[in-house]
Order: sequence, then structure tokens, then C-alpha cells
Amino acid sequence: MTFATPNLVPVYPEIFLLVALSAILIADLFVSETHRFLTYAYTQLALVGTAGFLVLGATGVPLTTFGGMFVDDPMARTLKLVAVLAVALMLAYSRSYNQQRGLFRGEFHVLILFALLGIMVMVSANHFLVLYLGLELLSLSMCALIALQRDSAQSTEAAMKYFVLAALASGLLLYGLSMLYGATGSLQMALVSNSILSGSADPAILVFGLVFVVAGLAFKLGVVPFHMWVPDVYEGAPTAVTLFVSTAPKIAAFAFFMRLLVGALGSLVSDWQSMLVIVSVLSMLVGNVTAIAQTNIKRMLAYSTISHMGFLLLGILSGSLGGYAAAMFYVVAYVLMSLGAFGVILLLGREGFEADQLDDFKGLNKRNPWVAFMMLLIMISMAGVPVSVGFFAKLSVLSAVLDAGMTWLVVVAVLMSLIGAFYYLRVIKLMYMDEPEDTTPIVAEADHRILIGLNALAILVLGILPQPLIDLCLASITQSMRG
Amino acid sequence: MIDFPILIFSAFALVLLAAGVGVITARNPVHAALFLVLAFFTGSGLWLMLEAEFLAIALVLVYVGAVMVLFLFVVMMLNIDLDRLREGFWKHLPLGAGVALLMVAEMLLVVTSKQFSTLGSSLPPSPGNISNTRELGLVLYTDYVYPFELAAVILLVAIVAAIALTLRRRKDSKHLDPAWQVRVRASDRIRIVSMRSEKDQ
Repeated sequence: MTFATPNLVPVYPEIFLLVALSAILIADLFVSETHRFLTYAYTQLALVGTAGFLVLGATGVPLTTFGGMFVDDPMARTLKLVAVLAVALMLAYSRSYNQQRGLFRGEFHVLILFALLGIMVMVSANHFLVLYLGLELLSLSMCALIALQRDSAQSTEAAMKYFVLAALASGLLLYGLSMLYGATGSLQMALVSNSILSGSADPAILVFGLVFVVAGLAFKLGVVPFHMWVPDVYEGAPTAVTLFVSTAPKIAAFAFFMRLLVGALGSLVSDWQSMLVIVSVLSMLVGNVTAIAQTNIKRMLAYSTISHMGFLLLGILSGSLGGYAAAMFYVVAYVLMSLGAFGVILLLGREGFEADQLDDFKGLNKRNPWVAFMMLLIMISMAGVPVSVGFFAKLSVLSAVLDAGMTWLVVVAVLMSLIGAFYYLRVIKLMYMDEPEDTTPIVAEADHRILIGLNALAILVLGILPQPLIDLCLASITQSMRG
Repeated sequence: MIDFPILIFSAFALVLLAAGVGVITARNPVHAALFLVLAFFTGSGLWLMLEAEFLAIALVLVYVGAVMVLFLFVVMMLNIDLDRLREGFWKHLPLGAGVALLMVAEMLLVVTSKQFSTLGSSLPPSPGNISNTRELGLVLYTDYVYPFELAAVILLVAIVAAIALTLRRRKDSKHLDPAWQVRVRASDRIRIVSMRSEKDQ
């Protein structure tokens, strides 16, 4: 038996992150409560190091290692970089929130890094087993994070719901994957794809497995009819964790769809396309309509996430490289907007007070015009108004669907986003036209205010000059999905 | 004349079935857990007969050794109200019976179908002197080292999460800090007040 040592160079970012987080886990034991800031600084350093490895190690060509279980391609590099950036921003936004609520602990930072590792593993997975392990790594870390505020009954309830439903979704997914394994005889994505192309796999078993796989994926992405956990988790989790749940894992879910549906099951496109159409239309409908009735802004943003994920699926279901690139652009834009929206909620909160009701935004312009303007930019971007990145994200996804010849779907999507514009604009109306109910001055750390500003500015700049990001997404997708 | 393997198989299978029935009919949860242990043991015996010795050992070590012991601990520590568990048995019986019948029907459909008939034929002969524990070990630490390490990371997450969610420093615990005790000075404990003597007055 011979065994060649695998090429570890493409895996350097993951290895560095794992080593760094283990070091932080140990170092945190020796940091006293008053110097907890050090743990935060180490965590940010670990993220900078990981980003460095990601940028410096980029080769521009797809590489596989560990016997084809791990794939490193431009799409993976770009998505991992966005995930690392999102986590770094999320930690910066949530620092003072956590300090005020006793969540500024070593475990919080370590669990976030574990979840990021899970995301990176999923993004680079080229084997069903690895994909599943990455998913569990992410799910378990997220579950612990949601429950971290353990004296809050609402957090515990949300974590319990998430845990049970995530286990159910994993079960569905594994059942589907076992069917695919039974039909094709392999767990390796490339071999599965070849086996389907050669026609040796039984199509009935393949489609049977596909139904379960799509259901499991839809659960993880949080789209209708598997969306029940999203609003409860968003509302119940501490806002800092909600911010995490709504950003980086969406990148992993996008990569999950790409690797599994496009990479391994690409030749079954006509089968999964029709399933995704149903899921996508229902998500846009239920998400946008239910969001109108919410009074809690975290819940409202949860339903808005559901509708955004429905939009994201439009890009994937169009089944073309342009569509996949549009979906990737959408997920990056969505992560930026969601970071900003929850960043503002965190900024407005203070000790013993969560700014999680819509009424808390009343008259924000009179209390702090700068923050109100940032929220305005984020909201118009989520609604998809021109000169914001959200507009181009929706536009590119819709043009991909139009190219695929599904005009009715474009009409439905535009109608849905018109409905959606109502509740985004309501937030703006509350901020600018209503009198403030609460006149406590808004205090925030300088880094938080500057980063929110940069975040909203990025939304504006990418809305005016979206071309570089669109080109980057298109290049990543074409170089990665060519083979 | 029945040959010896079939005799052993029948013995194990019968004990397994009896233990399985015992798990769901035992009135005492501790007995039910012990029946489950018996079911695991006989199940691993069946796996041994299939020459899957690694699976058999793992079943005994992991399920009997760790999972069931923990389970017994929990069952013994929690004071489970048996009468409440039995409540509503007759109310739920029709639904339960319906689900059970459906499952039996589905199993019959699968077992009697054409695809399943290949399993009835004889297994391919074993290539002889091969230890599947050794073979598993060889690929586990070489070809599958990446998933193996990931599984280890997941266990680490489980440890971190379990400690983060359950460890509480009790504020009311009366523990003593020896270092603090040693450093104590007289001025911490007694206050010397100068008072005039009152005797002369």
C-alpha cells in the first residue's frame, strides 16, 4: 500500500485558522476578565492572517488535494475572503454589545472562528462526506452561539428549535446523499457527475435522492417551505449572533448549492430547476408579505432574508454561468447589506436595551442624522432602489432569468420586490418623519461608527460602480465551473 | 440436520428480537435500558458472524460502554413519572397502529420487490486472511485523513460548547482562597480602640 502525502499548500488558510483558534482557546484561559480585549485582538489577528493566506496563495486555477476531497478554485478563494471579511466586521460591530451583556467571552470568539472554519470547509468541499462534516461544524457552532446567552429563555428556545430542525435537515440531506451514492457508487462530486453523464445511474433513484437533497439544502438556506426556524432564531438569538447567522453562513449555503447541484448534479438541471422555481417563488411571496406584519425589526429582517434567499435561488436556477455569477454577486451584496442593517441595530442598543422594535427607529434622524442616513442607504439597497448595490444584484439575477427564457418568473420577482419595498421604506419613514419617543443620546465606539460608515459607503460605491465586483464574480465562476 | 452457523444465528436473532420487545414493554425504564444493552450485544454478535469485527467491537465499546451507561445514569438520576408516560396510551393507539401498519406494508413492498431479490443470493466469498479493522485503519489515517481531522474538530466544538453552556461559577459557594487567608493581617480582623479606664472615676 502506497500513500503520497497530500499537497497541503491549498489548505494553508484552513490549517492556519485551526491552529490560530486552538492557540486562542488556550491563551484565553490565561487572560483575566479585565484584559478580555486581548482575546478579541487575537481573533482579529487570526482573521487577518487567514485573509493573508487566502490572498497570497491564490493561483487562479482549480487545484484539488486530499485525493480530490478538497478543491481550491477562484470561486472558493473569493467566497472565503468575503466570509472572513464578514466575520471580522461582525466581531467589530458586536464588541460593545457583547461587553454590555456578558457575552464578551473567549468562547464567543472561538465558536465564531469554528463556524468560519466550517464555512471554509464547505466552500472547498468536493466530496459528500467533507461537505456534510463542514455543515455540521457550522451548525453545531451556530447552535452553541445562539444559546450562549443561557439565562435568556428566548435564546434557549431559539437554540433548541434550531438544533432540532438542523438535525432534521441533516437527516433529509444525508438520506438524499445516500440515494445518490447508491445510484452512482461514489461520494466524490466529479465521479458522481461522470457517472450521471455516462448514463449508468438509475434515473429514478437519482431524482428520488435529489428531492431530499434539495429539501435539505432549502432548510439550510432557510427558504419556504423550510423557513420556520429563521424568524425565531433571528429574534431569539443575541443580536450579535443574529448578525453572524444572517451573513457568513449564507455564503456557505450558496457554495453548497454550487458544489452539490451545479458541480455534482449539473446534468440533472432540468429536474432541480423546477423544484427551485417553486421554492424561490414561495420564498419571495411569504417572505415579503409576512415581513409587512412584523413590529420587531429582527423578525422583519428575518422575513426579508427569506425573500432575498428566494431571489438568490433565481440566479442558480437559471442554470447558466452568468446566472451563477449573478447569484454570487447577490450573495456578496446581501452579506454587505445585512452586516450594515444589524450593525445599526447593535449601534443603537445599549446596556439593558435592545433596539429591536421598529418603534425604536422613530425619529432617528433627529437623534443622530449620520446613523439615520446610513440606515437609509442600507434600506434603499435592500429594497433594490437604483444607485445601490441591491439594485444591481436584483438586476443581474433577473437578466439571467430572462436569458433562460422564464419571463413570467421575472414579472413575479419584480412584483414581489415592489411589495417588499413597502416595509423597507416604512423604516425610512419612521426615521425621518416621526417624532422620537426615546431621546437617550446614542453613544458608540469610534471604530463601530467608522466601519458602519464604510459599510454603507461600500453599498453606495458598489451601486455606482458595480462592474469590478460583477467581473470578479464572473471570472471566479467561469474559472471554477469550466471543468 | 441444521448446520452450526444457522443455529448460532437463530439464537442471536431470537435473543435480539426478545430484547427489542423487552425494551418497549418493560415497565421500569432501567430495565428497558438494560434490555437495549442486551440488544446491542446480540446485534454485535450478528455482525461478528458477518466478519465485520470492527463494527461489532465499536458497537459494544461506543454504544454499550459509553452511550448506554450515560443513558442509565440519566434515567436513574431523573425521577421519571411513569404514570404520566403511560397517560393517553389508548388515545394514541389508533394513530400509532396506523403508522405501524403503514411501515409494515412499506417494508413488505421493499422486501418483495425485484431489486431486493439480489440480496437473497449468496454473498461473495471472503478473500480469506483479511482483517477489516486493519484495512479501515489504513484508509482512515491516509485517504480519509481530512474528514477524520474534521470530525475531531467537531468533537472539539462539542467540548467547548458544552462547557460554555453549562459551566457556572456559583456566586453562593463558600469556597476559601488559601492565598487570601495567608495574607490576612491583624488589622483586617480586629480593631484596636483606645479607651480611657473608667475605674478611677
